[in-house]
Amino acid sequence: MDSNILRESKTQISVSVVFAAILLLFIIGNPATFLSMRIYYSFMVSVPFFAIMALSLTLIVICGEIDLSFPAIMGFSGFIFTTVFHLSGSVGFALFLCVLVGLGAGLLNGLLIVKLQLPSLVTTLGTQFFWMGFTMVASGGLGKTLVPTRESVLYNMMVGRIGGIIPAQILWMVLFAVILWVVLNRHRFGAHIYYTGDNPASARVLGINVNRVKMIVFTQMGAFSAFAGVISSLEVVYFWPTLGQGYLLRTIAAVFLGGTPVEGGIGTIYGTFIGALIIGKLEAGIIAMGMHGFWTQLIYGLIVVVSIAIHSVLRRR
Amino acid sequence: MASPGEVLVKMENVSKSFGHVNVLRNVNFEIGHNEVVGLLGDNGAGKSTLIKILTGVHTPDKGSIYWKGKKIVHYNVARARDLGIETVFQERALSEQHSLWRNVFMGREATDRWGFINVSKEKKETQRIMRDYMGFTSSALTTDATVGTMSGGEKQGVAIARALHFQADLIILDEPTTGLSLSETRKVLGFVEDIKKRGKACIFITHNIYHVYPVAERIVVLDRGTMVGQFAKSDVTLEELVDRLYLVAKTGSLSGQETNASLSDNATGEEIGQDRQSDMP
Ligand SMILES: Nc1ncnc2c1ncn2[C@@H]1O[C@H](COP(=O)(O)OP(=O)(O)OP(=O)(O)O)[C@@H](O)[C@H]1O
Ligand SMILES: [Mg+2]
Repeated sequence: MDSNILRESKTQISVSVVFAAILLLFIIGNPATFLSMRIYYSFMVSVPFFAIMALSLTLIVICGEIDLSFPAIMGFSGFIFTTVFHLSGSVGFALFLCVLVGLGAGLLNGLLIVKLQLPSLVTTLGTQFFWMGFTMVASGGLGKTLVPTRESVLYNMMVGRIGGIIPAQILWMVLFAVILWVVLNRHRFGAHIYYTGDNPASARVLGINVNRVKMIVFTQMGAFSAFAGVISSLEVVYFWPTLGQGYLLRTIAAVFLGGTPVEGGIGTIYGTFIGALIIGKLEAGIIAMGMHGFWTQLIYGLIVVVSIAIHSVLRRR
Repeated sequence: MASPGEVLVKMENVSKSFGHVNVLRNVNFEIGHNEVVGLLGDNGAGKSTLIKILTGVHTPDKGSIYWKGKKIVHYNVARARDLGIETVFQERALSEQHSLWRNVFMGREATDRWGFINVSKEKKETQRIMRDYMGFTSSALTTDATVGTMSGGEKQGVAIARALHFQADLIILDEPTTGLSLSETRKVLGFVEDIKKRGKACIFITHNIYHVYPVAERIVVLDRGTMVGQFAKSDVTLEELVDRLYLVAKTGSLSGQETNASLSDNATGEEIGQDRQSDMP
């Protein structure tokens, strides 16, 4: 098992309990909907878009940093994907270049934050506007179809329906969660992420290259954002220049709901995974319960504040 | 095996400033293969800065470092640890939200060649370290205990045990006895004696002359960034030493009375001491 077993598992148990409680509430509120599998398939379609980014963002938050630019990187990467696809006709090549661009955008964040010692909050606020604006200017504000991608193998691998029902993107989400869990808990690099967030001065005198850790962590965020941009565009087989907008808050909320504290140093992939499921479920559930969509944000807010309060209290004990 | 008298590490004409504050000025320092040196000096004298240069945390503005006679270039923390320098930093350098076993291996995890951590090995080693070096028998303290919840003495124990475990040739202890109870202090002094017995070298930084005098063979005094002198223990009694340290605190020099107890001939404690003296009104 992992370090600080008790406290971490407390957080993991509490997030699981919140998840179960909300699910129970929905089942009681609308059994017809919540006892059928259909609504769960629809979660599996949409949750991975932001869950993948939330998993990746967890590493940044554990480092004691934050990224606000990933929705814009998602949009910009989607634009690159679409453009390259239309020019080359190859989904694979378009995907490759777009992930590369995502890596580059993430690396740029890392360089600004590490080399110029800028605070990540304002830096990524800036790059978020930059990439969003860049996408708008470059696309002329126009969307583009991605229907021809449907014939490709990659399309089916990324957003196809396995056995005709299970959306492929949920498997990517699970795969990334497993990979990131292993990195964080079993790899030297993951340990260095934790130490960097816990006490960068200590990490530094023990020979951990704190700047390198931060750089890599911001860079991987760019790649995962790009991937999320591609799958969400492929799902609707259309590229919208506004791609990414609306993902910022729920992605960050998933990380905090999952028990990773904003100060960093600790945090879990499991927590974020469940946090993302909670956010996804709320969205669908509130409407299925017959409440007006206006309620969603209000209830999000409540759940986030209450969960963070629970985590915080548990940690202090 | 090198003889005990041979120089293990030597710092030559080391200077360091932070901004426009000269923290170290032309410091010469060396230590033998199996020597225990006490490094004394007031708050802000530059002791921690000196050892942080020796451990690769800070890069000196000027001067060189020699390890077993060879000049070291491209120095950094990882390099220092590879050479065999382990340090208990004044700030302890722990990751308090993490477990004891994680802390013991912090920055030098036991991994395979792909970088994957061998968790069970690290835990088993930690168990042994706790028993052998720290004498932790309290059942409340497991390898999974969060370091932040441990007592001050236990935390220091972790930092010290971690340094001892890696079998370094040189172990640097920066104020290891600060905030410790009498019995814990005695334990730390016992560690230092162990280091000596195992044929290794130790730099012991402290404000407390009564802690370092019994275990050190040589005492080096740093004052406001310069080495003002050094004493072989065989040449001074504890009482004399205390008197001289008062003098240093008052005048910034030893009045040129210091004994030249350096290992090699080019010890500079004397001239630097006089340098400072001439600055005085
Ligand atoms: N990273 C740094 N940046 C700026 N100034 C520093 C830094 N580290 C140390 N100093 C300054 O250098 C001087 C020497 O500090 P140092 O920590 O080496 O003293 P010390 O002899 O270890 O003192 P103490 O006994 O209090 O630990 C102090 O004036 C300190 O403020
Ligand atoms: Mg100090």
